[in-house]
Amino acid sequence: MGELINKLKHEIIEVLNLEDLEPDEIETGAPLFGEGLGLDSIDALELIVLLEKNYGIKIDDPKKGKDVFYSVQTMAEFIEKNRA
Amino acid sequence: MVFLAGDNIISALGFSTSENVGKIIRGYCGINVSDDARLYPEPLYISCVETRILENEISKIHLQKEYTRFEKLAILSISDALQRSQIEIGHQNTLIIISTTKGNINLLDKTQAAKYDKQRIHLWSAAQEIQRYFKNPNTPLVVSNACISGLMAVIVARRLLKTGKYSNVVITGVDIMSEFIISGFQSFQAISPEPCKPFDLNRSGITVGEGAGTIILTSKPTGLNGDHRICISGGASSNDANHISGPSRTGDGLYFAIKHAMQEAGVGKDEIDYISAHGTGTDFNDEMEAKAIAWASLENKPVNSYKGYFGHTMGAAGVIESILGIQSLIRNELFPSMGFEKLGVSEDLNIIRERKHIPLSYCLKLGSGFGGCNAAVVYRKESMNQ
Amino acid sequence: MEKIFITGSGSIVGTNICTDGKCGFNPQDFPDFTGFIKAAYKHFKIGFPKFYKMDNLSKLAFLTSEILLRDRKLTERYKPEETGIVLLNSSSTLETDDKHYHSIRDRSNYFPSPAVFVYTLPNIMIGEISIRNRIMGENVVFISEEYKPEILYEYVTFLMTNGHVNACIAGWVEYGRSGKDYESVMYLVEKVDFTNLNIKFETSYLEKHYCDLKAKHYG
Repeated sequence: MGELINKLKHEIIEVLNLEDLEPDEIETGAPLFGEGLGLDSIDALELIVLLEKNYGIKIDDPKKGKDVFYSVQTMAEFIEKNRA
Repeated sequence: MVFLAGDNIISALGFSTSENVGKIIRGYCGINVSDDARLYPEPLYISCVETRILENEISKIHLQKEYTRFEKLAILSISDALQRSQIEIGHQNTLIIISTTKGNINLLDKTQAAKYDKQRIHLWSAAQEIQRYFKNPNTPLVVSNACISGLMAVIVARRLLKTGKYSNVVITGVDIMSEFIISGFQSFQAISPEPCKPFDLNRSGITVGEGAGTIILTSKPTGLNGDHRICISGGASSNDANHISGPSRTGDGLYFAIKHAMQEAGVGKDEIDYISAHGTGTDFNDEMEAKAIAWASLENKPVNSYKGYFGHTMGAAGVIESILGIQSLIRNELFPSMGFEKLGVSEDLNIIRERKHIPLSYCLKLGSGFGGCNAAVVYRKESMNQ
Repeated sequence: MEKIFITGSGSIVGTNICTDGKCGFNPQDFPDFTGFIKAAYKHFKIGFPKFYKMDNLSKLAFLTSEILLRDRKLTERYKPEETGIVLLNSSSTLETDDKHYHSIRDRSNYFPSPAVFVYTLPNIMIGEISIRNRIMGENVVFISEEYKPEILYEYVTFLMTNGHVNACIAGWVEYGRSGKDYESVMYLVEKVDFTNLNIKFETSYLEKHYCDLKAKHYG
């Protein structure tokens, strides 16, 4: 899980172009949206693409994404559960 | 003063304004399931101009060289509009304005591009092909402002006519159906799994449409005949300054465009008879538009969206839907907003449910798009025998 | 007719970045646009992380607007809806179009990205500048084969003399398909000449200023 979390942090920084950020600066349990990283609706859609492209997991309902993308922790748990 | 001197609509519903209006009266919907895998891996609802008829119409005008689908649509649309006007397109006092979001976007594909010169993918190059076909001496102007491109072209044309540099402007809005646009909107999860339902409670996104529309404007209305004439009395654009893909949550940007367009036209809220909305069928657009309409105290005016008939025709939408709004003025007739059943926005809008005849003088046309842009135009009908 | 003045300019031609004709930051050691524009962003201490998400055309337009508008106090002097933005461009968003197309060309590797697709419209650059500066007025992108200052002159002059526009950002922002050719020049146009330099907004000035910028870069 720790390895997955670390990998996810790198991937999030890369696909969302968070250039000024280091992976360690993203808190594993902290909310990704709202105040924290200043992510917006396009970023949420990009994370859906990331899950599909890198992990083969499809999210068709963007509303479901809200819980999955709450934090890096919830993302990692979701991937673990759904990975083939 | 700037007047309408001719128009044409090409959409899934037909190849002229009258054909489109006829189909709308009879309640036709031009949105169908496509299982063309070249456009999208899975079947989805889209609205396309019928290729068989397009090629048939094109064969009648004997083109001397190879033109793209985009250019053919523009050439056909302009040709038909010209036939109904007194304008000389080859004269130096006539300017052509092309409005489009993606032009010859299918030429990103190398095999499709091979037939044409390398520049053709450029919007200016496609526009010049159209200009050369009509032997117009002026470099055409291209307006590319996302989904308000068509309305913006009308606004720009009106302004250029007022400077006096030109007497006539031929505005053509065109966008073709493409894998490019479908995949992009699909990645935004913005495409409706059923034909779009603007302003409806159960709306779930847009339907991508293909089409072309031409509006010919003139500042010299001497050749205009009939009982009435249409005047483009005001127009304005604005920006939400909020988000590049999500519309304003308050409707403030669109409200500014409405306010300025009405000021320019010198009309008050009581005089507006009808609103032709952008009404894409996405949650956020329709809600934003409703708020802006209410902010302008126009919420009790009859409103419709034409996207339920032929989808969102992108750079052509503002032109095509303006022509239909003008048709309402000319015919004193309102057309229902297809796909609408139950109100699904927070303002109590008066969405048109059925065809009805009422006296109409002023139509307000709205548009909004990515990049936070908004536009509004006021059309007025003048009776000639006053 | 009302007089209209150019009260400022900002330009990026090659690695030459100039404000009001004065060229300061001009790093030589960047082989490509990406490295150069990022260094410029850091040099001018812009502090707007969304910059990194933009495509190259928007980065070019955004940075040019930043160096044009810094210290002009535009938002203190005008209401949001009083300021317009009129930009001219040739290649539209072809460089980004290619990127989006690349992501859908292969059906076994079909992953269109919303963050790329949204930048396949040239007026997104106006959206970015508008968000940053809270500008809500008239806005349009014209596409022209090459830089034609008279298009800007005619349209902006009409806007400023007929109606509600009291300030306008007008310019040429071009980022070529190959990524090798790019240039931008933007002007702040106002009815009040607070600079006292009396630079009238005219096609001849726009032409000369542009030629001077090109000469500076190409020597």
